[in-house]
Amino acid sequence: MKILLPLIVYLFLLIDAFNAVTSSVRDLVQPLIEIKKNGTGNRLAVHAWPKVADLPAQHIPELLNAMNRANPLGDNWIRAAISKISDKSDSTLPIDEIIQFLNNYSNHADSRVEAFRIIQSGHPNRAELLIPGFLNDPVMALRREAVAKKLSAAKKETNKIERINLFNEVLNKAREVDQITEVSNALKEDGVIVNLKELMGFMVDWQAIGPFDNTERKGFNSIYPPEQKINYHASYRGKSDSVKWTPLSTEHELGLININEQYGEIKEVVAYAHTQFTFGENMNTQFRIGSKNAWKLWVNGELLFARDEYHRGKTRIDQFVIDGKLQKGTNDILIKVCQNEQTQSWTKQWEFNFRITDQEGSVIHSGN
Amino acid sequence: MIKILILAFALLSLNSLHANWLNFRGNQSNGFSASKSLIDLNADQEGAWRAKLPGRGLSSPIIVGDKVFLSASSGVKQETLHIFCFSCRTGLIIWERKFRATGRTICHEKTSVAASTMTSDGSKVVAQFSSNDVFCLTLSGDLIWLRGLTYDFPNAANGLGMSSSPLITKGVLLAQVENDAYSFSMGINLNNGETLWKKDRPRAANWSSPTLFGFGDNQAIILQSKEGISVVNPKSGKEIYSFSEGASTIPSSTPAGNILLVPSNGMTALKIYTDQEKAKQLWSDNKLGPGTGSPAVSKDRFLVINKANVLTCARIETGEILWRMRIKGPASGSPIATESHLYFFNEEGLGQVIEISDEKGEVVASVDLGETILCTPAISGNGLYVRSDNSLWKFTN
Repeated sequence: MKILLPLIVYLFLLIDAFNAVTSSVRDLVQPLIEIKKNGTGNRLAVHAWPKVADLPAQHIPELLNAMNRANPLGDNWIRAAISKISDKSDSTLPIDEIIQFLNNYSNHADSRVEAFRIIQSGHPNRAELLIPGFLNDPVMALRREAVAKKLSAAKKETNKIERINLFNEVLNKAREVDQITEVSNALKEDGVIVNLKELMGFMVDWQAIGPFDNTERKGFNSIYPPEQKINYHASYRGKSDSVKWTPLSTEHELGLININEQYGEIKEVVAYAHTQFTFGENMNTQFRIGSKNAWKLWVNGELLFARDEYHRGKTRIDQFVIDGKLQKGTNDILIKVCQNEQTQSWTKQWEFNFRITDQEGSVIHSGN
Repeated sequence: MIKILILAFALLSLNSLHANWLNFRGNQSNGFSASKSLIDLNADQEGAWRAKLPGRGLSSPIIVGDKVFLSASSGVKQETLHIFCFSCRTGLIIWERKFRATGRTICHEKTSVAASTMTSDGSKVVAQFSSNDVFCLTLSGDLIWLRGLTYDFPNAANGLGMSSSPLITKGVLLAQVENDAYSFSMGINLNNGETLWKKDRPRAANWSSPTLFGFGDNQAIILQSKEGISVVNPKSGKEIYSFSEGASTIPSSTPAGNILLVPSNGMTALKIYTDQEKAKQLWSDNKLGPGTGSPAVSKDRFLVINKANVLTCARIETGEILWRMRIKGPASGSPIATESHLYFFNEEGLGQVIEISDEKGEVVASVDLGETILCTPAISGNGLYVRSDNSLWKFTN
């Protein structure tokens, strides 16, 4: 007992000291976590950052953990501190703890990616060994590393049947647009056609109404009847004639909805496209829209985003990724797409594409 | 004659204080270097080097003391934002910081997320990216502050990408964020990144950069847009003077003493009195309009490259055209001038050195770098720095 007592006291002191350091790191980094928009919190962060960047490398896992609680601005503050710490102490990185952090799916995507980048930078060989394990990772940036490796191996396969099998495996795992299209193109060369519309979850069947007036681009902010109520049986006064809802769909490989096909190549006009999406639960999702026209997006009557810009570049897949929610049951999706007055050949497009994914980028299909 | 001497003295004195190259197109945003060296565009020359870059970019290098600072972007969506510090002497990386874009990174294939040139006041460096992420660091790579201006204002973005380079004066970082959807310029406290002022700007895509104008207490910032010119007090954002006859949204204005060369109606010269809040138009000539790049100043002359790759040399005070010659284009970057030479890199990577006088211009040297060059070179002391997507070069004499 005489021996045990001092040992117990020592252990308690050790735990106290550990807690003190941990809480002091937590206090130090707190201003970086509390950074908000418009420079709010900058004043405190400016004072905190040098102290955080001066921490020894053993605290990097705690800083990664702090990134779990920070917004993207706070992430960058912490990222810079980790970078500064890593500059000083490559050899003493707590690499096993960082790998443990990386492997824990409950950590935030950005913090896990940062953990991987630290490993890549300090211990590239160990990073390389970790990559195959990312094939089912919910974090797209990690998964794409494994997909790229598997794709590279598939391309080297000389047996056509084996190669097609490998490509199909890759396609099953790929989530990012460039990798999906790369595999699809490779399969096409082997005579296999992939239904990208279905695979990437483009929504291709809509009801449309228009054209409404967009003279002098005023239609963007004009509230036409479809913004107030969806009634497929109603007709309204359009730009020049009465307008009513009609089906609008596409066979385009990548789900591009060409509104010109519905109304002709006309200018200074507005059209609305509406569809319903049924889903089995309430869920935070991402609404992914591409359009080179000005547009607005409503989900269940809530305006999620509006973009008043015309023909600055082409329509792209996932051009805008907007956070939102699907509710259990039927969800109303309404898109307003505006065409302006420009007459150059590169301004004739009046189009959009649209799909819904979970927050990690995996496609969600209606009816699930 | 006296006016010319005063103008030349003002330009020389400002640029010869040190060999720093602190902004896009130099310390005075006018493409003039006081370097007396004739730089040899020979990659094998002793002291020349080439550093590999891991990311894309068409931002120009800046030089503070013996360090070169440069931005780049990498990743499938160009979402990784790099800030590098290289040794001027060796080309080795002294430090690198990587951040993640918080704003949109989509842009035209020809440009990149690292399109804006960094700026410095000699003790801090600031990088702005097309995502409108802004980072202020010490020369040693310590983060001082950061902002995400598209994170703050989600519609502040251009589908083709943004490229306006920031500026520092009087402890204020000036960030120009102008596009079709949500346009503003912002004065940011250089010490802590807090907003000092925010000014609504014309809603229209704008890739031109702000320029410094005037000296000392009267130093102002020139904001340029399709509507014209706004001369702004950097501390308050208050407009001192405006010129509303329109201006280009790609090439930027060029200060030369108390004269501002504005890419408007070709080229228009304004004599601006920042202390008296007034200006006088000296001349305007549609034959002097620039292409993509901005003019460079040399002595009492300026040199401008038009869309047809014709280099024109003209007097700043009068607009008198002295000579013209065709150079090998196409041109995206701006030329840089010393008193005796003009340095210019075309999109195909051909560097051209043109000896300039009042009478003529003559190509005296060239180098083919074999890579696409869209940036404007920087000169510091006897070194010329230029970058592609893959490399940063230093040439010397």
